[in-house]
Amino acid sequence: MTPPSVEYGLLSPMLIVLGIAVVGVLVEAFAPRAARYPSQMVLAIGGQIGALAAVTTQWLQLNSSGRVAVVGAVAVDRPALFLQGTLLLIGLLATLLIGQRIPSGGLAAFTPQASSVPGSVAEKDADSAGAVQTEVFPLAMFALAGMMLFGVADDLLALFVGLEVLSLPLYLMCALARRRRLMSQEASLKYFLLGAFSSAFFLYGIALLYGYAGTLSLTGIASASGSHAMALVGIALLSVGLLFKVGAAPFHSWVPDVYQGAPTPITAYMAAATKIAAFGALLRVFYVALPALATDWRPVLSAVSVLTMAVGTLIAIAQNEVKRMLAYSSVAHTGFILTGVVALNSAGLSGSLFYLFAYGFSTLGAFAVVSVVRESAGDEENDLRRWAGLGRRYPFIGVVFALFLLAFAGIPLTSGFVSKFAVFKAAAVGGAPELVVIGVIASAVAAYFYVRVIVLMFFTEAPEDAPVVQVGALSRAMIVLTAVVTLLLGAVPQPLLNLVDSAGQFVR
Amino acid sequence: MTGMWWLTTLWALPMIGGAVVILLPSSARELARWVALGVSLAVLALVVVLAVRFDPAGPRYQFVENHRWVPSFGTGYILGLDGVALALVVLTAVLVPLLIIAGWRDGGAQGPSYLALILAVQSMVLISLAALDILLFYVFFEAMLIPMYFLIGGFGADRAAASKAAVKFLLYNLFGGLIMLAAVIGLYVVTADSPAMGAGTFDFRAIADAVSTGQLQLSPAVGNALFGGFMFAFAVKAPLWPLHRWLPDAAVQSTPATAVLMMAVMDKVGTFGMLRYCLLLFPAASMTFRPLIITLAVIGIVYGAIVAIGQTDIMRLISYTSISHFGFIILGIFVMTDQGQSGSALYMVNHGISTAALFLIAGFLVARRGSRDIADYGGVQTVAPVLAGCFLIAGLATLSLPGLAPFISEFLVLVGTFVHYPIFAAFAATALVLSAIYILWMYQRMMTGPVSPESRTLGDLVPRELAVVVPLIALLLVLGIYPKPALDVINPAVSHTSTSSAERALK
Repeated sequence: MTPPSVEYGLLSPMLIVLGIAVVGVLVEAFAPRAARYPSQMVLAIGGQIGALAAVTTQWLQLNSSGRVAVVGAVAVDRPALFLQGTLLLIGLLATLLIGQRIPSGGLAAFTPQASSVPGSVAEKDADSAGAVQTEVFPLAMFALAGMMLFGVADDLLALFVGLEVLSLPLYLMCALARRRRLMSQEASLKYFLLGAFSSAFFLYGIALLYGYAGTLSLTGIASASGSHAMALVGIALLSVGLLFKVGAAPFHSWVPDVYQGAPTPITAYMAAATKIAAFGALLRVFYVALPALATDWRPVLSAVSVLTMAVGTLIAIAQNEVKRMLAYSSVAHTGFILTGVVALNSAGLSGSLFYLFAYGFSTLGAFAVVSVVRESAGDEENDLRRWAGLGRRYPFIGVVFALFLLAFAGIPLTSGFVSKFAVFKAAAVGGAPELVVIGVIASAVAAYFYVRVIVLMFFTEAPEDAPVVQVGALSRAMIVLTAVVTLLLGAVPQPLLNLVDSAGQFVR
Repeated sequence: MTGMWWLTTLWALPMIGGAVVILLPSSARELARWVALGVSLAVLALVVVLAVRFDPAGPRYQFVENHRWVPSFGTGYILGLDGVALALVVLTAVLVPLLIIAGWRDGGAQGPSYLALILAVQSMVLISLAALDILLFYVFFEAMLIPMYFLIGGFGADRAAASKAAVKFLLYNLFGGLIMLAAVIGLYVVTADSPAMGAGTFDFRAIADAVSTGQLQLSPAVGNALFGGFMFAFAVKAPLWPLHRWLPDAAVQSTPATAVLMMAVMDKVGTFGMLRYCLLLFPAASMTFRPLIITLAVIGIVYGAIVAIGQTDIMRLISYTSISHFGFIILGIFVMTDQGQSGSALYMVNHGISTAALFLIAGFLVARRGSRDIADYGGVQTVAPVLAGCFLIAGLATLSLPGLAPFISEFLVLVGTFVHYPIFAAFAATALVLSAIYILWMYQRMMTGPVSPESRTLGDLVPRELAVVVPLIALLLVLGIYPKPALDVINPAVSHTSTSSAERALK
């Protein structure tokens, strides 16, 4: 039996990130304590820049139709490279957010010793001894590698491998919060249990689809002709797993709890990157493997999209916790992006890609703002009511956060408007005008709770001992950058639209 | 004429000016005011040049600029002015410097941001008036809500009430705008599917041409739905009864200058949108909806006037008169006669001037006394004769006294209406009587009679206030006696609109 050919060059972005992750583990084990943080930062940033360079090179070398690698397990086409590039950019910015430190040297958002019981003597000892654990960096790199694979996998097993590689480090990272550790661990456990459950569905769906098509390759499934019933059940189960990861209703219940409990940099990372990767996978599965069965899955996916928009916007209205509010908003955005998936045309693909890029940056920026608003004891202040008057006392933070909220609301001249326009246009052209109408109504409802926060920040008197804003250089740079991207994509979106338009076709 | 940057300069000037103002250090508050005033005067100067160079007998759209913007969406950066747009651009350019002077100290400690927001609104209004691309128009039609929202919510006397009014304003208008977004997308799909266009486009002139030549045929259902989406947004903004609920609150709770900016300048984009977009893009649907809209407009005319009579708050009274007048403007647009539409276009300008005069003078009075309650005044004309006299002239203009500007436009609208709808015209004409009641009764209660004890110390208009009032009164008189220059510019644009919609109706 001849060994399968492995195109190392084509896989280089993922291999670089995985390699960096492995080196990171070694650094964690062998490097002296003082050297860990700088070397981890250098590794993570350097590695992602290297991987980004590899992605760019491949983009330039690739012809527009793309190709497959590792005997059809991985697709290397324009959408794949665009997703990987976006993930790497988001990853780079998230690394800056993760890498923020407190004066004593520890990571600001992460516990010095994750293994100690919350509130125990061991925890206090670790704290006072100035223990620093930087294992979050290699974990983030493993997750990133998994996401990069998840979005480009061209057969169902590779897809599953990607899913697990991205999920397991995320479960762990959710539990690493420095403050409110019990809540963080609860979030992690909840995420893990539900995630494992959904993985089981996913795997079962893979099995049934294999039974239907006799192959695991997405292109093979597209041309298969087996038992229709088996295919339908298979699609349904597979979709449960995918929709769970993107946070679509009715599989969204983990989103608010996990977003709230996880350390804010990780929440930001998840909200931006996981969604990108999972939508990449979702788009590829439905566009490449299942277009022939569209009459069966499109109505269901439309319904899921409507339900997701409705649930996200309606429940977000009642939220008083900023991270939960953003979590439900993220659910609503999942619904909007799903309209692009339902469109099932090239504009739907490129519109969704644009949306993911733009949303990734705004959401990263919004959570970065959340991470710098602190109460007097130094904890994050997540109670929205106590954000009253923040915009007047800290105009920079107020204006930037308002900008992100307006982008989420889809107000023109922000990236959010262009994104919504792109997916709605695709859906309308793709014959789903009812989704557009429901989408704009949902946007109108959603505007209410975004505006409410702006009212609170600018037009309401500040409470006693109001929260303070402590912006480090890294987070300030990141916030400015994401805000600039949000504005630029709103005013002159054409360059990025050109890019996604050229990525409007999956390799088949 | 592509390659000339007149209109880009026109909107970029206030935008950049606003950015400069907000970047000034907070200690330079006084400087910020002068910079803002200078910028708005520069805009006015530029508009004067444009108005002089505009050739009423020339092509329909002048100063056209056409550049690429987002080809993926079929939208371009296309600007150009026709006569109606030019008239409103002039109105905007005239009013904004006066508003800056009128609200000289309104910004308080946050003066620079207040002025920057005013300039931002001006810039966005100008670009939406000049846009010849539907998506470009839409983008600024929506985006102007944000600076306006901060103006209403951030600078009113009563913070809590102001922020509530601002939210109401924003939600109403945002909802209208988002419904329009669905229609905008629908229009794209229609053009993309149409053999006449080939690809989806938002080029207003191309679509309007294809519609008027019959190359782009919409099925009645689609046409009605798209018309409904556009009209809903414009009817919220204008506002048409029963979508007017946000206006009185927003007008009362914001500073007088902001309220005028909203009613006299920004809301005109709504009526302008009806005239430009609803009629020319969806002529058949406009005919279908004509009876409904005319009915609502007439209800709005009478309702606004009656409710105004019952008000005890000066500002609220004036804002209800505006609802009545917006009814007239919308009525004139949808009766689809030349007189009606010319009257409406002129009415937009005249209403802007007369409302500005009335509201700003009332604002000066309220600033002196600290109360908006009509009952708190009395005998003001004894202590402040100039103020009272100017208020009377502005009031008489509002009730359309012959010789003052609004008379001609209201007359034209009524004549235009009478041709097709004598009964509606009769109902609308009752507003003439009602307006006499609300204006004269308000004047009587506030300005005549014995001097109330609190009014005794009221001072007359100071030079800064006169600088605001005198130009407005002068414009009311000039346009009342000699409206020809304005009508010369407006008429060709309007006759094009009504001919093409009438032609379509006949087919």
